[in-house]
Amino acid sequence: MIRYLLTRLTLLAVGLLVASALIFTVLRVLPGDVAQLIAGTQGSAAQVAEIRRQLGLDRPLWEQYADWIGGVLHGDLGVSMLTGSPVADELWEKAQVTLPLGILSMLIALLISVPFGVLSAVRRGRADGTAISVVSQGLAAVPVVWAGMMLVVLFAVVLGWLPAQGFPRSGWAAPGLALRSLMLPALTIGVVEGAMLLRFVRSATLQAVGQDFVRTGAAKGLTRTQALIRHGLPSVGLSIVTVLGLQVAGIVVGAVVIELVFNLPGIGRMLATDVGSRDLVMVQGELLVLTGFVLLIGFVVDLVHHAIDPRQREAG
Amino acid sequence: MSRMGLPSRLWRLSTGRFGLIVAGVVVLTALVSLVWTPFDPRTVDISHRWGLPGWPHVLGTDGTGRDILSLVMAGARTTVLVAIGAGLVSTAVGVLLASIGALTPRWTREAVAVLIDILIAFPVLLIAMMISSVWGGSLWVVVWSVGIGFGVSIARVTRPELRRVSRSDYVLAGRASGLTALQNLRRHLLPNVAPVFIVQLSWSMAVAVLAEAGLSYLGFGASVTEPSWGLLLADLQQYLQVHPLSVVWPGLAITLTVLALNLLGDALREATDPTLRGRHVPGPKAIPHTTPGVVA
Repeated sequence: MIRYLLTRLTLLAVGLLVASALIFTVLRVLPGDVAQLIAGTQGSAAQVAEIRRQLGLDRPLWEQYADWIGGVLHGDLGVSMLTGSPVADELWEKAQVTLPLGILSMLIALLISVPFGVLSAVRRGRADGTAISVVSQGLAAVPVVWAGMMLVVLFAVVLGWLPAQGFPRSGWAAPGLALRSLMLPALTIGVVEGAMLLRFVRSATLQAVGQDFVRTGAAKGLTRTQALIRHGLPSVGLSIVTVLGLQVAGIVVGAVVIELVFNLPGIGRMLATDVGSRDLVMVQGELLVLTGFVLLIGFVVDLVHHAIDPRQREAG
Repeated sequence: MSRMGLPSRLWRLSTGRFGLIVAGVVVLTALVSLVWTPFDPRTVDISHRWGLPGWPHVLGTDGTGRDILSLVMAGARTTVLVAIGAGLVSTAVGVLLASIGALTPRWTREAVAVLIDILIAFPVLLIAMMISSVWGGSLWVVVWSVGIGFGVSIARVTRPELRRVSRSDYVLAGRASGLTALQNLRRHLLPNVAPVFIVQLSWSMAVAVLAEAGLSYLGFGASVTEPSWGLLLADLQQYLQVHPLSVVWPGLAITLTVLALNLLGDALREATDPTLRGRHVPGPKAIPHTTPGVVA
């Protein structure tokens, strides 16, 4: 286990390093732009050069990168090129919308996919099983943006149950209000991601039905469903853990888009705004945090998978 | 194994039939829109704004009186172009990475494998935003980001397959008979893994359609002068609460196109994978066909 942990940790570190270098290099391909942007169209060449010096854009690339990474290791992601506010503080503030949104979406996706996925596998070939399959295929093809709009029409315009847009200014000081405004966005991501997840749960369950240990269970007198629940579902759980790790990336991206649809002050809307205004220091911090998060979840999923799969544990 | 051609094998599957028909209709619509749409999609007609579906505006009009059916038809052009472009780039990236990752000496092989595992953590949308923040948004950004992002997942799926084939007897025989590595790749390896690539190509096009819509919606894809379903969604969203019906059409067009390409991919896999034929195991195998992090 220790050896496995160390290998995975090394890979995680390498992953973060490569990811950060990649983000940094791509964003520095055109470093002159930002200085020009701050100086404005009236800025003289001398002013632009001065701004470049202040921002450290005139130093060698590797030196800038080392500086940035050194800061990151101390929790300092630099300051916004346009507003001067610390990137880390901004990210932390916005995370208070995005993180709960992501967790809520994940929960909804699981609540939809696990019961219906198992059901559609068990009832395969019958009307209800087929219906679930068809509906999930359709929902998995829906663009998140449009799903959000349709849910707004249904729950906010027609039924009037939930707010159509926005997040309370008071934030989590009014937990009920904050939670209500996250319900529709989370439902949107949850339904679309849940539909994709459902298809994995379904095929994992179908595979489990054919396994020897389920057949043995049935042979020793359990009903097919009992055998599946007692012996099959643990192995289904394993594949769900793996796919869930992959699904995190989907939820991160879903959040970026859905925050714009619902006008939520989260990391996604922040990223879109900063990309629009080319605030490269902000953008590189945001991208690093988002991809780092995906890599980290992948690492955790590997560990959990290793820890709960008896076959892997024995293999060492 | 039956000796039918691939198209007729696809046609026998209900998923394949649906995929071929809908994808065909989209391509046809795109072509027709080049020479004819019911109205000029750019013509503003304030006196007929927010018209309900009827005649002559079959799907109604938007807030400036533009004909929605014409806008959706013109949008198909952008969708088809981006899907084809992204499909080609992702296949090229996939073939290249998978070949290096499967066929080169051990240290480059493993370095590429690690690189693929890292790059896969970059969702397509984030790659697109990264490129946009430097060069500004455009449809090319969509093509390249889907191409790179999905190309990496194609490489991940096909690398083990390519590696397996590369150790088979006929490849060895090819090498023994004096073929160079590249000749061997072209003559023996790629034809044998081609089915896997074709399946992935269909799915990467589905991803491209979603990414184009999402990025254009965000303002990093199509420019305001280009017809695009995602851009249309963004336009119509402002009046969502007053005129919800108009938003239905572009969304429906995106969903049907993506569904068709997804099902076509499923059908292609069933039609080309001999181990699946006749057993009818539905749904994805071990590998997620909707690459994580690409929904938009």
